[in-house]
Amino acid sequence: MKVKMISRNPDEYMRETKRDIHKVKRNYDPSLHPLESAREYVRALNATKLDRVFAKPFIGNLEGHKDGVSCFAKHPTSLSYLCSGSYDGGIHVWHLPTRTSIRSFVAHEGYVRGITYTPSAEHFLSVGDDKTVKVWKSQTDELDDIPVNTILSRTILTGISHHRSESIFATCGEVCSLWDETRNEPLKQLKWGVDTLHSIEFNPVETSLLASCASDRSIIFYDVRDANPLRKMVMTHRPNKISWNPMEAFNFTVANEDYNLYTFDSRRLKRPVKIHRDHISAVLDVDYSPTGKEFVSGSYDKTIRIYNAHKEHSREIYHTKRMQRVTCVGWCLDNKYIFSGSDEMNIRLWKARASEKIGALRPRERSALNYAETLKEKYAAHPQIRRIANHRQVPKYIYNNMKKHRIINEKEKKKEHNRRIHSKPGAVPFVPETRKKVIREHE
Amino acid sequence: MTENVDTKAAKHFAGCEIKVEDTKFSGEVIEAEQKPKHFRQKRNKQKKFKIDPDALQRHSRGPAVSETGVKTNLFKRKLKQKEIYLQFSNEQAARTEILRNEEEGFMEAEEGECTAEYTQSQIVQNVDITSAAKRFNLNLGFGPYRMKYTKNGRHLLIGGRKGHVAAFDWITKRLHCEMNVTEEVVDVAWLHIETMYAIAQKNWVHFYDNQGTELHCVKQMNSVNRLEFLPYHFLLASGNEVGYLCWLDTSIGEMVSEYNTRLGPVRIMCQNPTNGVLCLAGSKGVVSMWSPSTREPLGKMLCHPTSISSIAVDPKGTYMATCGLDKSVKIWDVRSLSGPTIEYKIRMPAQHMAISQKGLLSLAMGNVCEVHKKPNYVSPSHAYITQKCDDFIHGMQFCPFEDVLGVTTRKGFQSLLVPGAGEANFDALEANPFQTKSQRRENEVRALLDKIPSEFIALDPAAIGQVDVPTFKEKIDAKKQLLYLKPPTVDFKRANKMKGKGGSANTAKVKKIVKNAKKREFVKEMKGIKQEIFREHKVQSTESAEDKPKHVLDRFKSKKRS
Repeated sequence: MKVKMISRNPDEYMRETKRDIHKVKRNYDPSLHPLESAREYVRALNATKLDRVFAKPFIGNLEGHKDGVSCFAKHPTSLSYLCSGSYDGGIHVWHLPTRTSIRSFVAHEGYVRGITYTPSAEHFLSVGDDKTVKVWKSQTDELDDIPVNTILSRTILTGISHHRSESIFATCGEVCSLWDETRNEPLKQLKWGVDTLHSIEFNPVETSLLASCASDRSIIFYDVRDANPLRKMVMTHRPNKISWNPMEAFNFTVANEDYNLYTFDSRRLKRPVKIHRDHISAVLDVDYSPTGKEFVSGSYDKTIRIYNAHKEHSREIYHTKRMQRVTCVGWCLDNKYIFSGSDEMNIRLWKARASEKIGALRPRERSALNYAETLKEKYAAHPQIRRIANHRQVPKYIYNNMKKHRIINEKEKKKEHNRRIHSKPGAVPFVPETRKKVIREHE
Repeated sequence: MTENVDTKAAKHFAGCEIKVEDTKFSGEVIEAEQKPKHFRQKRNKQKKFKIDPDALQRHSRGPAVSETGVKTNLFKRKLKQKEIYLQFSNEQAARTEILRNEEEGFMEAEEGECTAEYTQSQIVQNVDITSAAKRFNLNLGFGPYRMKYTKNGRHLLIGGRKGHVAAFDWITKRLHCEMNVTEEVVDVAWLHIETMYAIAQKNWVHFYDNQGTELHCVKQMNSVNRLEFLPYHFLLASGNEVGYLCWLDTSIGEMVSEYNTRLGPVRIMCQNPTNGVLCLAGSKGVVSMWSPSTREPLGKMLCHPTSISSIAVDPKGTYMATCGLDKSVKIWDVRSLSGPTIEYKIRMPAQHMAISQKGLLSLAMGNVCEVHKKPNYVSPSHAYITQKCDDFIHGMQFCPFEDVLGVTTRKGFQSLLVPGAGEANFDALEANPFQTKSQRRENEVRALLDKIPSEFIALDPAAIGQVDVPTFKEKIDAKKQLLYLKPPTVDFKRANKMKGKGGSANTAKVKKIVKNAKKREFVKEMKGIKQEIFREHKVQSTESAEDKPKHVLDRFKSKKRS
């Protein structure tokens, strides 16, 4: 007779001393893990709830400006520094880990309209209402700040953007001017129509491409190598700011005066790829995350929203009691933080993912979080989980206005429907919403 | 990707001619060393391990989802990517099988002998010393006993009819507590950990801890016959003398559900561990399955023409075994409520049955305990192991993760060795026989966080992870309901009445107009829907020939043949 029985040696299953870690033998056979999907669902539900419990996005604020914050410049090589300008012409350079201002000086008379770092981060440039472009050293030991160079412009200046790699920068105002860092005269002036431009942005991938927003509700595209502007597109409302997708060279997003943001494919400007709704007032600034998958927008309605670049509705809304009109936003280059500057003189630091833990994670912690993340994604469509994940407590005026705008939109739709059913068939055609947003395109 | 780029580049250069100038070089040519070849090897070409297809099958969660019906290419690609991930995880899980360090038990007979001939003492002589210690008898004098092992198989709880209750670690034989509750003990059940258990006593269900201290008395569960604990739902289920089923949530102490099954006294009850459904067997030969959320059984199976004497459900949730007073044992496929897949006769009806983790079926017939192996279910003459106990058997259970069958009789408890009964490799995060106190505490918290709501108890445990597609019957019902819809009540409120523009009479008039308009619209819509349904199902509308008044001369028309 041949017999064998299960007989386990306890030494193989138990730790030798209390200082050892437990020996955990695994067997992934599904029959030993009954009720798999129900348990996963419960875990996903708990993970979603915990996500909301730990959602504390506000990190801190940078205090020091004596007037509203008008613009930012992210340091291209270091995560620790941020440069900001305000309405009174002051510029602050911030050290973010300590949240202190390490330099502050009055740079311009009137507004500081734009700041940008040079690619090497040796200097930064600022433009102001006093029609000057000033070049500043980014590291200096001297106490009084004197610009390295001051360039006088003949026209007003409202924005500045630097080329990704070369020593060219562009300013906007009455005209779009291209400058070389070493010269005091513009290399080129590009003009289309008589209207003023209020924002300009170099494409970070297709580096010689430029886009600017004009006050005649248009967006104009330029090429640095070309003598004339490339293309112009007129929208129904004024675009306030443009941000290029850093990973997809042809996509850009426009913050618009009509409470929406529009993502365009620059090869097909007739209609936006996506309309991003949810803001209840004019959107003033937009900035892409370095991954190009999401962007942040700041609005006149005193909130910041984070959108997926391909989704219509925002995934997150940030607000505080004290934050006023948000004038500028920025997404930190390590994809973890968001800056926002607002009218009430503060710059705020936020987490890009509201419930993310800051700091190093131990491997077990990370794997647990990854597991929870996967489960949340897997069961995201279940009504209870979706409800908890989407719910946000918002101020009353936001809540009421969102409701109001929903009713307004419904009314428009209903009115169009009524008009359609009471007129000759075909007289009121179906026009998709995206078709209505771009009026015309010039080449 | 690289191929694409190459072809593009080739196209790009196809147009232009490349002239190679003839260089008149007369010096010595020194050949550069060729680069080692491994630079050009593809990085992703890993060594493929051969994976046992059986193992892959064991860990598989079903066939891949087909692309048909997916409309956009993007989602097709996403689906494909997801399948790749799933395939990968399946392979990884299958590959972990080489890390298992225990092997299953077995017993083989010599030529000319059969395993059923071997007695327990013979088996004990031939196995190692630790296994031999697992065979023991307890002679106790407090009447017929009931028993339960914990989920990890380490601890044992026995309760005698005359009030004797004992909880102990049966491997080390360390006693947690022993007491006499001075009341009749009908059934016993462990709760989620080995420090707590429930005893169904003469009147009520009492909870004790492992010191023997009474923690709680649940008077809502009275005259209970059978107790079952559902560890993933934290539900203590009981069936009583009058036919009531109760589910008590032991984590919050709330009665989840309580209703009458209208089947008479509950005497035979077991749980299906894979979906948490309770299976009741009655005197009519019907097995019915119950969940706390519905008062009707989820399923009913007529299993025997006579009354049923015992049932057991396979721990994997595939099979259910029933035995009737007609002396037949039937094995059913419990997932589809169909069968019997196997049916055979035995000498006398089995009053108890148990199925082990590896699929061994044990039958208690009077004082004889027979264990049948899976392929031998059919021929009862070839039992795997036969053991004659000292008295009538009152309960039995295979010990999880051990090759042991626990049998309780009128005179006590016996632990029988059944090689090949248990799963050799446990999952320490699921049920760990060697768990320490700190591990137990951590697992308790984890289990409480993962507590499944009682509403999820249904026949198909995977329903929550699947797409909710309406069945054919539901679709038909939804259509039927359309035929009997009532016009909606109009809640009319006149918008901003200007001053001096009509009083209440005027408002009432407007209201009436709006109501009528809405009603007309509804009727029109309904007419369209009805016609659509009739057309679809080719039913003649009732408003046809029959409705016309009959003419006097119609009687002379030739009758149509239907």
